[in-house]
Amino acid sequence: MTTAFELEHLAFAFAAKRVIDDVTLPLEQGRFHGLVGPNGCGKTTLVDLLCRYRVPQGGAIRCNGMALGSYSKKRLAREIALVPQNFYINFPFTVRDVVMMGRYPYLPRFGGPSRRDAEIVATVMEEADVADMAHRFITELSGGERQRVVFARALAQDTPVLILDEATSNLDIGHVMRLLALAAQRVRREGKTVVGVFQDINQAAAWCDHLIFMSRGKIAAHGKAREVLTSATLRSVFGVDAKVYRDDYADALQVVFRNEGAEGSSGRRGAGNA
Amino acid sequence: MDSTRRSELRRRLQDATAVQLAALTVLLIGVVIVSTGMGFLNIPAAEVVKIIWNKFTGDPGLIGGMNEIFPVVVMDVRLPRILTAALVGGGLAMSGVVFQGILLNPLADPYTLGVSAGAAFGASLAILLNLGAFGLYSVPLFAFVGAAATLAAVIYLSSGGGGLSAGNLILSGIIVAAILSAGISFLKYVADEQVAVIIFWLMGSFASRTWADVALSAVCVTAGLTVFLYYARELNLMSLGSQMASSLGVDTRRVTLVLLTAASLVAAVCVSVSGIIGFVGLLVPHSMRLLAGPDNRRLLPVSLLAGAVLLLGADTLIRAVLPAEIPIGVLTALIGGPFFCFVFRRQQSARRIW
Repeated sequence: MTTAFELEHLAFAFAAKRVIDDVTLPLEQGRFHGLVGPNGCGKTTLVDLLCRYRVPQGGAIRCNGMALGSYSKKRLAREIALVPQNFYINFPFTVRDVVMMGRYPYLPRFGGPSRRDAEIVATVMEEADVADMAHRFITELSGGERQRVVFARALAQDTPVLILDEATSNLDIGHVMRLLALAAQRVRREGKTVVGVFQDINQAAAWCDHLIFMSRGKIAAHGKAREVLTSATLRSVFGVDAKVYRDDYADALQVVFRNEGAEGSSGRRGAGNA
Repeated sequence: MDSTRRSELRRRLQDATAVQLAALTVLLIGVVIVSTGMGFLNIPAAEVVKIIWNKFTGDPGLIGGMNEIFPVVVMDVRLPRILTAALVGGGLAMSGVVFQGILLNPLADPYTLGVSAGAAFGASLAILLNLGAFGLYSVPLFAFVGAAATLAAVIYLSSGGGGLSAGNLILSGIIVAAILSAGISFLKYVADEQVAVIIFWLMGSFASRTWADVALSAVCVTAGLTVFLYYARELNLMSLGSQMASSLGVDTRRVTLVLLTAASLVAAVCVSVSGIIGFVGLLVPHSMRLLAGPDNRRLLPVSLLAGAVLLLGADTLIRAVLPAEIPIGVLTALIGGPFFCFVFRRQQSARRIW
């Protein structure tokens, strides 16, 4: 199995706070990787390092065996696409304009988009269910609609690697399923690699082959979902009591939580406590 | 339903870029000719065209039999002022487009980073030290140096840590401008009789501009437009935020640095040629975005032409229509300010931030 990314002794700190602390991790190609962990554990910083938005202060990242730093900006944009966590835009571009921006890494400086570019854009807009708002202004859309547009824009980039930083956080469940299925389909059929940051453990469990648990800037556990997704891991990473079971309907591991204080309080929180 | 139709209408309007550019060009040429004819001495438009055409072709038949003062008035007095006003208007408007794009803020203008305060400080210093005695161009030169130094300080201040983010730049600009405006107050305080000269310069004027001013502004506006158009597509992507632009392959740091420097230098030259003229760089890009859409490849040339028409119109009003000449900076603020309030308010009620 070839690796899409290899991270070696990666380190990054904001001032004195170590956000990424000696992370060594292979990310295999052709897999859906799920990155989970508590708030502030360094997930988004790791994503920033993977797309070279930040430069590691120690260690190395290799992408397809080459140092990440050796790629030109445009070349890298043909390798990795990102759907960021937060997105807002102050200027009234149309939805189609924004999706077309995903083709920028392929356009010559003064040339317009080719027919192929237009076709790709039309296809992904159909797939992400934004085709019917092609001519609406992005400034007039709701948060969830905007997130779908940004997702379509990343698909238009048509890269071997797709990074989703809580890319479905504002979506209704219908669109969550639809968009994650699109990502999963690219993994299964085209051998692409997806790295997704998730808050919802059950979503991660349902979609990802591999899970990476982060805690305080370190990798707490990583590997095949069925091997690392255990009550013990959840206990140590999130400090919660949970039961992991195989759900036949979801056809995946799922997690249920018990309504008990994470601080380890013995009694159940209930009406009697009010 | 109504809103979809409005959107549709606006989109069609925005797609007609060629028509808009052609219309604005014709309008600009028309305003230049009419404005040249207007003034203390009224010169018919046909005569103006003949005089200008004579300059190009050298055909003496064109100006034969005409009042012989006309060519002098047109070529030596009015045209330099008129062309300078148009070029400065265009320059301020297009650098406003760039500032709004880079700072991700539709309310930014060429002076947001303190360029105007720097220029004003430089010019005040030159006037106070009576450097005018050392040549006609020492005041503009000092203004330019002041503006450039301010820009350097702002970039230096905001380039630590996160590096040249829109928020850092705006804050640095506010800080530097506040210090400089205290400096200007101090200079005015110690200036004694020159204080009137300083105040007059600060309020802006196109009176007695020369062909040298025209050439200087033309060169810098052309150079600026070239750089801006070269990076226009990157500027579009920057409006998605620097993280997203970066993931699309834009070297955000370089583009920010190049565009900010170029836009500030264009603004600095405009200020040093004419003094501080507000609101053109804010209003024109803002209202042209309604007409041409947010794509900077269209918005830049459209704003350039609209800014030229607007400032030339304002200067003509001052020069030839109003009974007494008031400073142009005062007029643009008096007209532009309330108009801006109106636009801003209306857009808020339409629930759009920009």
